[in-house]
Amino acid sequence: MDFSELIVILATAIATATPLVFASIGETIAERAGVINLSADGTILMAAMTGFAAALATNSVLVGFLAAALVGAAFALVIAFGAITLKQSQIAIGFVLALLGADLSSFLGNPVVLVPGPTVPAFNIPLLQDIPVLGRLLFQSDPLVYASYILIIVTWVFFYRTRPGLLLRSVGEQPAAAFARGANVVRLRYIYTLIGGALMGIAGAAFSLDFKAGWTNRSTAGYGWIALAIVIFGGWNPLRVAMGAYFFGILQSLASVAQSSIQSVPTQAFSVAPFVLMILVLVLTSGEWLDNLMSRLPLKVRRPILRAIRQPAPAALGKVFEQD
Amino acid sequence: MKEKSQSTSRALVFRPARGLTYQAGALLLSFLFITIIILLTGESPFRVVASLWDGAFGTTDQFARVFSTLTPLVLCSSGLIFTFTAGLYNLGVEGQIVAGAIAATFILREFQAVLPAPLVVAAGVIAGMLGGILWGLLAGVLKVFGKINEIFAGLGMNFVAQGLAIYLIFGPWKRPGIASMSGTEPFGESLWLGRFGQTDAAPVALIIAIVALALTIIIMRNTHFGLRLKAVGQNPRASFILGMPATRLLLSSFIICGAFAGLAGGLQVVGLFHRLVPSISSNLGYLALLVVMLISFNALWIAPVAFFFSALNVGSLQLPMVLRMESSLSGVIQGTLVLLALLARGFSERARKAAGGQ
Repeated sequence: MDFSELIVILATAIATATPLVFASIGETIAERAGVINLSADGTILMAAMTGFAAALATNSVLVGFLAAALVGAAFALVIAFGAITLKQSQIAIGFVLALLGADLSSFLGNPVVLVPGPTVPAFNIPLLQDIPVLGRLLFQSDPLVYASYILIIVTWVFFYRTRPGLLLRSVGEQPAAAFARGANVVRLRYIYTLIGGALMGIAGAAFSLDFKAGWTNRSTAGYGWIALAIVIFGGWNPLRVAMGAYFFGILQSLASVAQSSIQSVPTQAFSVAPFVLMILVLVLTSGEWLDNLMSRLPLKVRRPILRAIRQPAPAALGKVFEQD
Repeated sequence: MKEKSQSTSRALVFRPARGLTYQAGALLLSFLFITIIILLTGESPFRVVASLWDGAFGTTDQFARVFSTLTPLVLCSSGLIFTFTAGLYNLGVEGQIVAGAIAATFILREFQAVLPAPLVVAAGVIAGMLGGILWGLLAGVLKVFGKINEIFAGLGMNFVAQGLAIYLIFGPWKRPGIASMSGTEPFGESLWLGRFGQTDAAPVALIIAIVALALTIIIMRNTHFGLRLKAVGQNPRASFILGMPATRLLLSSFIICGAFAGLAGGLQVVGLFHRLVPSISSNLGYLALLVVMLISFNALWIAPVAFFFSALNVGSLQLPMVLRMESSLSGVIQGTLVLLALLARGFSERARKAAGGQ
């Protein structure tokens, strides 16, 4: 494998990780506000099917993405309503929706299975595409991929450099304190859960209108769970989460390249990797043993190491908040 | 003190009388939603219901298949009663079935040429149980000692178990010649669990499931262990202060659920598939989670609901042939019922709170 071949593989990996970037950033936004959207797998499937059907009916990719975003937001609305307003378990509702969305997408999507439809057109960014290596790597794909770059940066800036972003994080960490300072915790949680859901919907359409071009039953199955794992792997930080998605994309590309040499083991066996990594990261960062180990190191070294490794979950993640 | 005990019993005991109006409303809405979904595909709901009924109970073979689906479903649902009662979302149950199936296949492969067949089958089933326990305990240890959320650990381990099964089927355990999704080399008929006639139903497996269910009901209603499990599930802090061995109780619930799920996996191998296949768990662990969520963790309801869900699963299999309709309709029906039941529970709690002025 020479250098240019490697660049091609990496460029493909980065592009094909795009749906996962949308999905995992969407999940990150919802979880940062304190709501786990466990329905990701069903949401993505349902949005992929609806988005494709809508684009097919109107012959407009844009309408397809809009429909997919609406489906994603609708699923998120059910979770928000059940979890925030009715104070039921978000895990239970999200899990049921994950299964229901998968079955519903197969059931309703029957007429559009394997029908050719519109796709996102390729578009190379002028000037930027001519940068050596980087141009080929990042700027010779399509508008959706570029949108995902912007999403990553905007989300990061919003989280860590703006007041509303600070408020969003505080709603997920210390809802009572945020409420005491005048924030409407319930409304904010609704808003961010819906935004997160809409992004997951876009991830679905990114599959059916771009990277998998078309709809077959359960074509995106598994990606929702992978997105959930990547959010944990990335420690709820948009940049790290995006890196996690790209890392998985690269792993997948390499796996399909290696297919010829590692004979007959199907690629499914490789999609285990994100889950193994997620568990390892959880083991590494959740236990007390890390603190015990670190307490032997001098303070000066300890702090940066801990900060680099430990990215705790939002403190109020999955917890009911009694605003009234 | 009075308020306290009331709020405890509210979550613990399924009281049809209280939330009955809401649950009936949820049921009605579910039927409405499902009818609309079916009408969307341009098919008559009556023909669909007739086809589902015919698909599940039309022939002895199909009826037997309902029972062969019921067996793992009842086992996993019974196991989940323990973890849910302890306040745990054991989403790893699916992987525990797979782990059990892998362990059983391992024993059958190793000893089929060495030991008498009945002994090998028994050893395989027990190994399945141990495999499930191992997988469940791993999630339990991560939860109790590593403070890792059992939901994500369990989910992750489902995929690891699934990956392991696929690796074995395509790698070390592949059929002589060609590896394929159809699974490992089938075991000889002497290693099959006795079946009812020429059908898919294995009476011994069903009996094991019924015993497990009966044990679950008895333990939950009549034993000190069941009571303490409830206490830990309701209020881990308080039960710790009262001196209950929370760690041991939580781990026990993981072990019991893993044992039942692993048993289901082992029985899938010796009783149904007679080999290891990639879809050995057939998503029945996830379906069991739906069963238990629908019945609010009350073991008495497992049998009827699991039977209804199994009949739906089997009945929908012929939909593609008869009506050119996707068989995932069964999942749509099951999911809708559970989702609306969960929401109805929320509404009824809200109404009660408003009435009680809390």
